[in-house]
Amino acid sequence: MDIIGRKNWYFGLSLLVLIPGIIAILLWGLNLSIDFTGGSRLTVAFKDNVTKNNVELVDKTFKAQQIKVASIEKSNKLIFIRTSPMDQNQNNKFMNELSKEFSDVKEQEFETIGPVIGQETTLNALKAVGIASILIILYITWSFRGVPKPASSFRFGICAIIALIHDVLVVVGVFAILGHFFNVEADSLFITAILTVIGFSVHDTIVVFDRIRENLKKMGGANFSKTVNESIIQTIGRSLNTSLTVILVLIALLLFGGESIRWFVVALLIGIISGTYSSIFNASPLLVLWQELSSRRHSGKRA
Amino acid sequence: MKKSPRFLLWLIILLTIFAVLINLPSKGPLSFTKHLSFKKGLDLAGGTSLTLKADMKNLGQAQRSKALEAVKTVIERRTNYFGVSEPVVQTAVSGNDYRVIVELPGVNINQAKDIIGTTAQLSFWEQTATSSSVLIKSAEAFQALVATQSAYPISVLQVLGTYPNKTSLGGPDLKETSVGFDSQSGKPQVQLKFTSVGAKKFADITTRNVGKIVAISLDDQVIEAPRVNQAILTGDAVITGGFTTKDANEMSRSLNAGALPVPLLYLQQHGIDATLGSESLLKSLFAGALGIVIIIIFMTVLYGRLGIVASVALVLYTLFVLSIFKLSSITPYGITLTLSGIAGFILSIGMAVDANILIFERMKEERRLGRSWHDSLELGFSRAWTSIRDSNVSTLITSFVLYQYGTGSVRGFALTLAIGVLISMFSAIIVTRTFLRVFFRN
Repeated sequence: MDIIGRKNWYFGLSLLVLIPGIIAILLWGLNLSIDFTGGSRLTVAFKDNVTKNNVELVDKTFKAQQIKVASIEKSNKLIFIRTSPMDQNQNNKFMNELSKEFSDVKEQEFETIGPVIGQETTLNALKAVGIASILIILYITWSFRGVPKPASSFRFGICAIIALIHDVLVVVGVFAILGHFFNVEADSLFITAILTVIGFSVHDTIVVFDRIRENLKKMGGANFSKTVNESIIQTIGRSLNTSLTVILVLIALLLFGGESIRWFVVALLIGIISGTYSSIFNASPLLVLWQELSSRRHSGKRA
Repeated sequence: MKKSPRFLLWLIILLTIFAVLINLPSKGPLSFTKHLSFKKGLDLAGGTSLTLKADMKNLGQAQRSKALEAVKTVIERRTNYFGVSEPVVQTAVSGNDYRVIVELPGVNINQAKDIIGTTAQLSFWEQTATSSSVLIKSAEAFQALVATQSAYPISVLQVLGTYPNKTSLGGPDLKETSVGFDSQSGKPQVQLKFTSVGAKKFADITTRNVGKIVAISLDDQVIEAPRVNQAILTGDAVITGGFTTKDANEMSRSLNAGALPVPLLYLQQHGIDATLGSESLLKSLFAGALGIVIIIIFMTVLYGRLGIVASVALVLYTLFVLSIFKLSSITPYGITLTLSGIAGFILSIGMAVDANILIFERMKEERRLGRSWHDSLELGFSRAWTSIRDSNVSTLITSFVLYQYGTGSVRGFALTLAIGVLISMFSAIIVTRTFLRVFFRN
């Protein structure tokens, strides 16, 4: 199997997935939840399955109170509502109005987040991603410091981070598309998912890099691309088996884990599939590409 | 590295027995674990979480952190007063924001607000030499009044006129309050008893205001504005605000619990119904158990008897992690189980298995190169070690950063993931290797 030889094809496949996602991010952005924007979120449970009438009535009740409704969704016996920030009194008034119409209506969840908290969550999330990335580059650079020439440990760190950014972009892109067409929200759990994907992506990449490191020491750096290809093939069994295990567990979570973590699990699934792909087909081929480019430049200078 | 595998085996067996004992249900004959229980977060137990901002604009920088602690103490006292089990009251300073985070399991959002109470800022106002009575005849006059007198509450202006003076007497000067009934009208009233400092202040105020009106306000609302007939030197006062008995009780209680030193604003409120919580708990536990079963089947199919050993290690891993969760509940660093925490735990199971897959794949390779079973076992473990180390360290870095910058659910996830990764290194490497060395010595 010659993975390195076809590396441009694999880069192309990545771009094919990335580009629509990036366009969606630029056009629509993520459908941010109240965790980031501030606002209120209610889950109201009815005795029977929710009808279109119920939804309209809920909408009307809010309008009568002059509360701006951002979205209403129904699922079986539940209605999920997002509104501009409202306080407990407004919420009580709403529930009172509603229980005049329906005797068996119950509020399962009510959450209000002020805009200050929302901004802070966004800022913290960005900080966390940035700092985690830098620390991981530093760690890899340090841990791979012994790799023989022509490889450089710093390149290993950078390539791992490029693969990581790839995976994050894939997940964010897919969620931008899901958010636009299916109203799927990115909430604070989504951030957790992204950070897990980061951890997993690097985890996967390091396993391949570790083998490259070992083989470079054994065979020397003479034929860099061959060594890298060999290393990928030696670790591909492990990569696929591990990912398959995690994917199976995630599918169990998806089917039986309940509504509240459904999209969290979907984000993880996408990220882990992308992470497995990028660790095999992007991170290590990028090392080779970098190597080729820099040696071409060197020989160019000499000539 | 060649420690006696027998010694390690006994150590593992002892740890396992210990973990099993800890994880036994607390009811039943083994009562020594009854103090241990899983601490469930609000998303699993149901309850209310509130983030409040302490309004510090009237306090100097130096007094702020002290005031924040005072707020915390008052709220804790109130939650105890209402008998909330396992309340969590934390303070957090974020930039210039001083916050209190309150979590009340099993309490709905309305009850929670009663417990925290309104700010109950008691103050006494008096007229000054520059005061002139306020007569609001037109909307313009009202606008003009608000423009020049915006520093004062409107209800105080209406009673005392312009430029009233807020005296230094307030909530902190109260010793205790009680509800009594007026001997003539039989109406409920709130009786105030001042501390000695408070009594002195009150005596001064009443002395210099004989014949004048003094306004008593709670949260900037005038509740009573009596005319002072004579100086009161005893340090007792009575508020007869035309209360119902319930109102009087509530007011007395909120004053008694200690008036909050600063007003509080709600930044975030989250109420979760208990049935929703227990549903989520059942679902995620089921998903977790199913995940473990799937992994066991998968590993056994892939790696045969090696897979069975890894599965045993995995079950032990689960036991160990659960015991740590349970044991932590008696330490100050109790780990609260939340939905995202359980997700982190389930994910760490995946990472635990990864270490075993790495090792077993490596063993297969060494076997293919013609090494003996025993040699490939040892080589598999030692050569897979660097990749297990590096990949787990990077996961630990991520969870550390998450814990530092995350809030609430993100933190729970980071903590369980980190604990899971640490324990998984032990189970996947030491436990599996010991089992393989002891049981497959052929």
